[in-house]
Amino acid sequence: MKGLALRVAHLFPKLMNIYGDRGNILCLQRRCQARGIAFEVDGLELGDPLKAKDYDLVFVGGAQDREQRLVAEDLVKVKAKPLREAVKRNVAVLAVCGGYQLMGRFYRTAEGEELPGSKVLDLHTIHPGAQAQRFIGNIVVEWNGTTVVGFENHGGRTFLGDGIQPLGRVVAGFGNNGEDGGEGAVYRNVFGTYLHGSLLPKNPKFADHVIETALRRRHKDFRLSEIDDALEDAAHAAAVRQATRRSIIR
Amino acid sequence: MPRFLASTPVPLGPAQRARNDRLLNSSSSLVAPGCSYNISVIQRTAAVAAAKATAAVSRRFRLGGGTALPGLVAERIDPDVIQELSAQLNLGSVIITGTNGKTTTARLLRSIVKEAGLKPVANRAGSNMMRGIAAALVDAASWSGDIASAERRLGIFEVDEATLPLVANAVRPRAVLFTNLFRDQLDRYGEVETVAAVWRAAVSELLAEATVVLNVDDPSVAALASAAEGRVVKYGMEDTSSGAAKLEHAADARWCTACGSELGYAAVMYGHLGHWRCPKCGNARPEPDVFCGLFQTGANGSHVTLKLPGGLVEASLPLTGLYNAYNALAAAAAAAALGLGRAAVQRGLNSATAGFGRQERMFVGGRDVQIMLAKNPAGLNQVLRTITANGSEADLLVLLNDNIADGRDVSWIWDVDFELLEGKTHSVTVSGVRAWDMALRLKYAGIDGGGATTHVEPEPAQALKRALSATPEGSTLYVIPTYTAMLEVRDLLARWAGRGAFWEAE
Repeated sequence: MKGLALRVAHLFPKLMNIYGDRGNILCLQRRCQARGIAFEVDGLELGDPLKAKDYDLVFVGGAQDREQRLVAEDLVKVKAKPLREAVKRNVAVLAVCGGYQLMGRFYRTAEGEELPGSKVLDLHTIHPGAQAQRFIGNIVVEWNGTTVVGFENHGGRTFLGDGIQPLGRVVAGFGNNGEDGGEGAVYRNVFGTYLHGSLLPKNPKFADHVIETALRRRHKDFRLSEIDDALEDAAHAAAVRQATRRSIIR
Repeated sequence: MPRFLASTPVPLGPAQRARNDRLLNSSSSLVAPGCSYNISVIQRTAAVAAAKATAAVSRRFRLGGGTALPGLVAERIDPDVIQELSAQLNLGSVIITGTNGKTTTARLLRSIVKEAGLKPVANRAGSNMMRGIAAALVDAASWSGDIASAERRLGIFEVDEATLPLVANAVRPRAVLFTNLFRDQLDRYGEVETVAAVWRAAVSELLAEATVVLNVDDPSVAALASAAEGRVVKYGMEDTSSGAAKLEHAADARWCTACGSELGYAAVMYGHLGHWRCPKCGNARPEPDVFCGLFQTGANGSHVTLKLPGGLVEASLPLTGLYNAYNALAAAAAAAALGLGRAAVQRGLNSATAGFGRQERMFVGGRDVQIMLAKNPAGLNQVLRTITANGSEADLLVLLNDNIADGRDVSWIWDVDFELLEGKTHSVTVSGVRAWDMALRLKYAGIDGGGATTHVEPEPAQALKRALSATPEGSTLYVIPTYTAMLEVRDLLARWAGRGAFWEAE
């Protein structure tokens, strides 16, 4: 594996870090280093240009409303174009929660204001109003023959366009919009999801899938070696048990 | 936002007047016309008596000590019970709110107030919503619903951040103290900005004669000063020697409340608390009126030198860590706002004891057990700094629950700097409903207990036994629980305290 490196652009680490998103970066780093893969991460804040060809993976987390507004403006003005370009060139993107919503065409706020998105994904998000139920709780999603588990907390309902697939099917929880059973979105090498918790540490299979996808652009047919995931698998199983038990009571 | 705090105290609330009017206008009234005052008294008396009976039954059958249920009963019978009873407190009330430090600050202030010769009426730790306040007032009242005016009674209420407007509306406080605002239970409180907006509105609705006591080291708390109509007492840390080298990962309010630019810090204390200044617009930490000029902490307590309006106060606390220096400072600032003397502040702080799960110590099987409640990243980071400041390798039991009172979302543990513990632990046991999440977080932080991996035991009693046996005799076991886990583990420890190392015999 000599010379192999995962180069990550972490968008807005100071502004978009509300739900333990640091865990996702720590996880990517740990799982790369366990395989002897160098890990490089650049934090890009407001105004910083995105040179998409320098990266294998772009990560963006969730934020509070005020921060999300600032970020949305910067995305549209500064980073959306190079980001769309990168996606065309098969750079991987992992967007969580608020970051996921910002990948779409627009976000309509609870007050009815329409904020433009970065138009990376053909989806849009509508907040049905301050009185509407917020989707809060543990969530389990069926993905790729296994499960992805986490916590969701969002007021917005996301609806996917025709050319784009959900990441998985909701087993317990709400997902994109609480109606169609879909959670998240996949398009080319872009993964969008509402799951935090943090997402990656207790979903090691999904984490490895993201890393492999990111590295395969430059290293065709690349496969990660197996590592000891006993604790990760136990945490995953416990979280699934907790989520499914709670959802029955609810 | 309900309009609250009428300029002069009136015995009847609007809801009650409307009810009385309805009663008076109906022919089936039980009471003769013209007796509206009596109806309110009857209603209050009934509410207080029913609540007192509930409390007695609850205590008799040990249904949880009766902290909230009596309050709930009283409020059901008389929705204005808090307003009516608190109006009888002849020295008025103080409210303490904020993310962290409410319980300890209220406890320290209670100790000071007692030294000043007053009789505090206070809600119990953690029971800090309307029903908890109602229960405390009912407890202080006679069966006929009166609070004796012969004694100098002062209400000291710790209040949940989101419940502040309701309580302030009902008790019309003389002073409101804000400790800090950190990210906490986002699934329950919503975003930090939302809480700040609720507080701002509540401050602007206070009586003009009410004093607002603010921790100016927290930019979002300091910003409340501009919403206050009345007097503002500002407090902060001047001794920056115990501060952090840089902002913690979980720092929230690092953006200027005036212009949105990133704040600069001449000194970081913890979280986003410190000596801050906006490089763009010049908005900066105001000079505090009450400050801590010297803070030293050891294994068993700490020493503070506080500057109050009248002069210096030196005091020794049985509590450790920078966050407790802030609690002492907050209590002293509240005392200053109430016009209490320096001697009372000093004696009050010196004689204070640790409260419910807040560095509470118990002696179990030859081990000194310290419960360090931690509910959010800022608080847990402070607990970790306090434990590791000690130098010796620590024995830890970390319990993570995700019940409603803990916050259902456990992702906050990834915002905690557990990396502080690396190489500083002797044994680590994790427990609680989300024990596996915690174990994984600790694995990432590179923490191993006693050369092996962290021991996972979701069941609290088993975990406590395991952690006690892993702790050498004569050493301290630090128990770090979330709120509901604290209730469970405290109960176990209270039962086991004073007994031998019984787990070895089982």
